[in-house]
Amino acid sequence: MSELKRVIACLDVDSGRVVKGTNFVDIRDAGDPVELASRYDAEGADEIVFLDITASHEGRDTIVELARRAADEVFVPFTIGGGIRTVDDARAVLDAGADKVSVNSAAIERPELITELAENFGSQCVVLAIDARLEGERYVVHTHGGRRSTDLEAAAWAAEGVGLGAGEILLTSMDRDGTNDGYEIELTRKVAEAVPVPVIASGGAGEPADLVEALKEGRADAVLCASIFHYGSYSVDDAKSEIQNAGIPVRRTHTRT
Amino acid sequence: MNGSPTVVVLDYGMGNLRSVEKALERSGANVLRTSEPEALSEADGCVLPGVGAFPRAMERIRALGLDQAISEAADRQLPILGICLGLQLLFESSVEQTETEGLGLLEGTVLPLPADGRKVPHIGWAEVDWVGDGALIDGIPSGEAFYFVHSYAVSPSKSDILGTASYGSRFVCAARKGSVAGVQFHPEKSSAAGLRLLGNFVGMASGGPGGPK
Repeated sequence: MSELKRVIACLDVDSGRVVKGTNFVDIRDAGDPVELASRYDAEGADEIVFLDITASHEGRDTIVELARRAADEVFVPFTIGGGIRTVDDARAVLDAGADKVSVNSAAIERPELITELAENFGSQCVVLAIDARLEGERYVVHTHGGRRSTDLEAAAWAAEGVGLGAGEILLTSMDRDGTNDGYEIELTRKVAEAVPVPVIASGGAGEPADLVEALKEGRADAVLCASIFHYGSYSVDDAKSEIQNAGIPVRRTHTRT
Repeated sequence: MNGSPTVVVLDYGMGNLRSVEKALERSGANVLRTSEPEALSEADGCVLPGVGAFPRAMERIRALGLDQAISEAADRQLPILGICLGLQLLFESSVEQTETEGLGLLEGTVLPLPADGRKVPHIGWAEVDWVGDGALIDGIPSGEAFYFVHSYAVSPSKSDILGTASYGSRFVCAARKGSVAGVQFHPEKSSAAGLRLLGNFVGMASGGPGGPK
């Protein structure tokens, strides 16, 4: 039996609130990341990623509080990214109930961070997030929410990160992010072929067929979705039905609590 | 009994217990996190969680006197649920790092996950097939997926096997004998199926059907 591919719901959080609006009619507070995450859990999401994009870094406290509240309501694995710069930052959110942390700019500035995290918590806790944009022939890694370019090439940086101890790659195509045009398949496949760890495709999902393409053609192990779910165009269950119908094994649940 | 059953979550300093506590609360338990052996005498059920290495875990459990207390609790048929490393600790021994004696409540040893060339640790969702039945898995069909993070797996007596899963090759992911049970996966991270299993355990702790109390 092949391993189950994952569908991951992503929530961008600014100062404790979900940034992108949502169209859900039956939730009390569409801005509350924990309430949304709990809904995605109920719909069948295999994991949740909370990306804290709070500009002012006054607040490691806010991500710790987010992890704590998520642990109260979310009963699938969840990752916290944004603002993790040290082992202590990571420990605080993991102790609060997060399963993994993701690091991006901080790991580029100081690659040893990846190793420190892996040594303290295990590689399974360490997700290396990579934001890449096609420049000429190269997929160039960007930092600081895409604002700064680096001289790193995505697949090479992914491989280096795994060598340093990252257990998973969260790969976002900046060219596709927010477009609903589908994932950047070539980028996804390049990185998936460069590393022996799971690659999560991110950026561009507009319909369930895009998820199937990333898993099949892009060779991703997981697909990350934000707006496709937030705006209620498709439920997690719709997405999983389509993936399953394409012959790709995914988790479907039949148990009622 | 009145009200929610009290389930103790044994804290021996290995790993994050918050998710386990919250999932048990959601499942109707009054949760007491403790490292006190005495707490077991007042409990309706006991959860032995844990991540990390077997030898260090046993060292801490013995140092706290929890090994004795757990054995006595098992003798009086207290429902006990081991989770992940907690399942492995229920067995006679493990070869992780160095051969180490476990709690010995279940017969068998803990061996490296064969994985058949796949990457270890095994991380992710895997479908579970139940071998036996029992109150713990009531209402959860075979084929439901649960979330795993592990590098070792238990090899119980055949009669104690409750469920298996596959990662490269098949391995035992749930075992039970009398009131003592354990699961290799993390029910607290396994969404509806996991909460159902924990709810079943809380039901056993409150002396529900199948509960030996």
